[in-house]
Amino acid sequence: MKAFTRTTGRVAVLDRADVDTDQIIPKQFLKRIERTGYGEFLFYDWRQDPAFELNQPEWTGATILVAGRNFACGSSREHAAWALQDYGFEVIVAPSFGDIFAANAAQIGLLTIRLPEAEVRRLASAGQLTVDLEALTITAPGEESIGFELDPFIRHKLLNGLDDIGLTLGHEDEIAAYESSRPGRVETTALPV
Amino acid sequence: MGTTLFERVWDAHVVREETDGPALLYVDLHLIHEVTSPQAFEGLRLAGRGVRRPDRSLATMDHNVPTVEGPITDPLARAQLEALRLNCEEFGVPLYATGSGREGIVHVIGPELGVTQPGMTIVCGDSHTSTHGAFGALAFGVGTSEVEHVLATQTLPQRRPKTMRVRFEGALPLGVTAKDAILGAIGQIGVAGGSGHVIEYDGAVVRDLTMDGRMTICNMSIEAGARAGMIAPDDTTFAYLEGRPGSPRGAEWEQALDHWRRLPTDPDAVFDREVEVDARSLAPQVTWGTNPAMVAPVDGLVPDPSELSDPADRAAAERALTYMALEPGTPIAEIAVDRVFVGSCTNARIEDLRLVAGIVDGRRVHPTVRAMVVPGSAAVRRQAEDEGLDAVFERAGFEWRQAGCSMCLGMNPDVLAPGERCASTSNRNFEGRQGRGGRTHLVSPATAAVAALTGRLADVREVVA
Repeated sequence: MKAFTRTTGRVAVLDRADVDTDQIIPKQFLKRIERTGYGEFLFYDWRQDPAFELNQPEWTGATILVAGRNFACGSSREHAAWALQDYGFEVIVAPSFGDIFAANAAQIGLLTIRLPEAEVRRLASAGQLTVDLEALTITAPGEESIGFELDPFIRHKLLNGLDDIGLTLGHEDEIAAYESSRPGRVETTALPV
Repeated sequence: MGTTLFERVWDAHVVREETDGPALLYVDLHLIHEVTSPQAFEGLRLAGRGVRRPDRSLATMDHNVPTVEGPITDPLARAQLEALRLNCEEFGVPLYATGSGREGIVHVIGPELGVTQPGMTIVCGDSHTSTHGAFGALAFGVGTSEVEHVLATQTLPQRRPKTMRVRFEGALPLGVTAKDAILGAIGQIGVAGGSGHVIEYDGAVVRDLTMDGRMTICNMSIEAGARAGMIAPDDTTFAYLEGRPGSPRGAEWEQALDHWRRLPTDPDAVFDREVEVDARSLAPQVTWGTNPAMVAPVDGLVPDPSELSDPADRAAAERALTYMALEPGTPIAEIAVDRVFVGSCTNARIEDLRLVAGIVDGRRVHPTVRAMVVPGSAAVRRQAEDEGLDAVFERAGFEWRQAGCSMCLGMNPDVLAPGERCASTSNRNFEGRQGRGGRTHLVSPATAAVAALTGRLADVREVVA
């Protein structure tokens, strides 16, 4: 995972509540076995409509998405996070996120920032924003910085570009000790074939 | 202060915990399917890692598989299924492939094999993993990176969620099912009301439900935003599990029972949030919009967005009605449907099929409706055929299909055409979920049955009475 410290970029706005991951990446694109190349399919069905937010020329090249509450709810498909990142988004700001999506985004270095709805609305008109993960601030040009909170573990991983699996494997002895103290009841390899 | 079921299961699975950090949670069972796993296996290969516990992993094919006999014509689907087969072979993960006779929707086969058990932690790259919580397991959906993490380490770093209890008091009226109970609860809690929480379902209604009904309830936890749903294990749970291939036997069964009986929430335990649903006043539920919380009783009306005070809710409702091509004030029961889908991890177990068969037996599907039944697993299909349900469905004019996820998410050829309207026993009515431009109304199997017969979202209490 690439380390994330600070970014400045253009803002795109998707002012809709409860956008689900089926919209972010429709199912027909989940048949691919690759991890990359989903950006062109982002919001595939909605993008067929010329009036759709991301089709607006002023938001071309945006790297920060300001979205409505409960953004990316529904299906666990990580393809939604892959598609947003592959399209060019580095940060998503919303009043709240679907739990699984937020976890998926953190896994790939896509920063999700939760802020109160009123502040999200204010940022939506900023045009450009600077997000500083070290200072935990978002700043619109010519305005005072707004602070945000982030799980310190996720912040640490993002700042250092750390691989979760590598971190966990560092605790191998504890995992092994747990396993020997609690033998499981289920053995899938012993099931009838 | 007492302890909750969730807390007991969580605490028993913490491998390590640092102050200020997430807990490292041990995963007892990892379920795998073709759609969310190929990139995870590829990640293992790239990093030179193996699968730590193939004996606690189980794979099947469900999302992509066609439900008609014959070869898979979609080259992408075929490649993805083949990738799963090769990955399972390479890493030693047991696989119930299409045609094995044990395949099916991942959340249907876990319980029927008896590998879903009380007190376990279960994850799967699928948000409806919450289904397994019906057994008193802590079961939740994860993304592909986390699938890879579990494959490599059999653990997951997780923040402890909050707890919420949803009590269904009273008894379900005639014609009102577990599906209506959970849809009604989601309407009350909201599509994000359970975010950050694990829900425990309780109350007389839940205690009276069979395991199939309890699975329907837990299945839809994610539609209220919750990561997981759980129900305390009891004699109903144990009777279901006894004698299944993965269940403990002999002395181990007795030991397991002893452990499982100690799991339920203490009477004095405190939840972060409590919600009560009055089951006595529940009618059959039908969704009218594009998320599962946009729901109304079957004897109600399509709501008027202008009556909503929150601007974001109002905009969402207006957008939903435009997509659904519905006018405010339309009686729900008068909405005509083109298609009926009985299937999915929510409602494709044997009891769901029996319920539908009981209603349509000796009657005919309405001439303007195309209706299909997709059993949740090959085993459900066999059992239904042993009971003669397939003949009932086919005589009534239903298509009787092979097992799979099918039109719940339309990854296989089973999709709605643009503009088609469907009464569906599945779990999501998102835009385009069942096919681009398709319009989904989530209903119970009983309501789906009467929709097939009448061609509209009729009230089962009137049609069957």
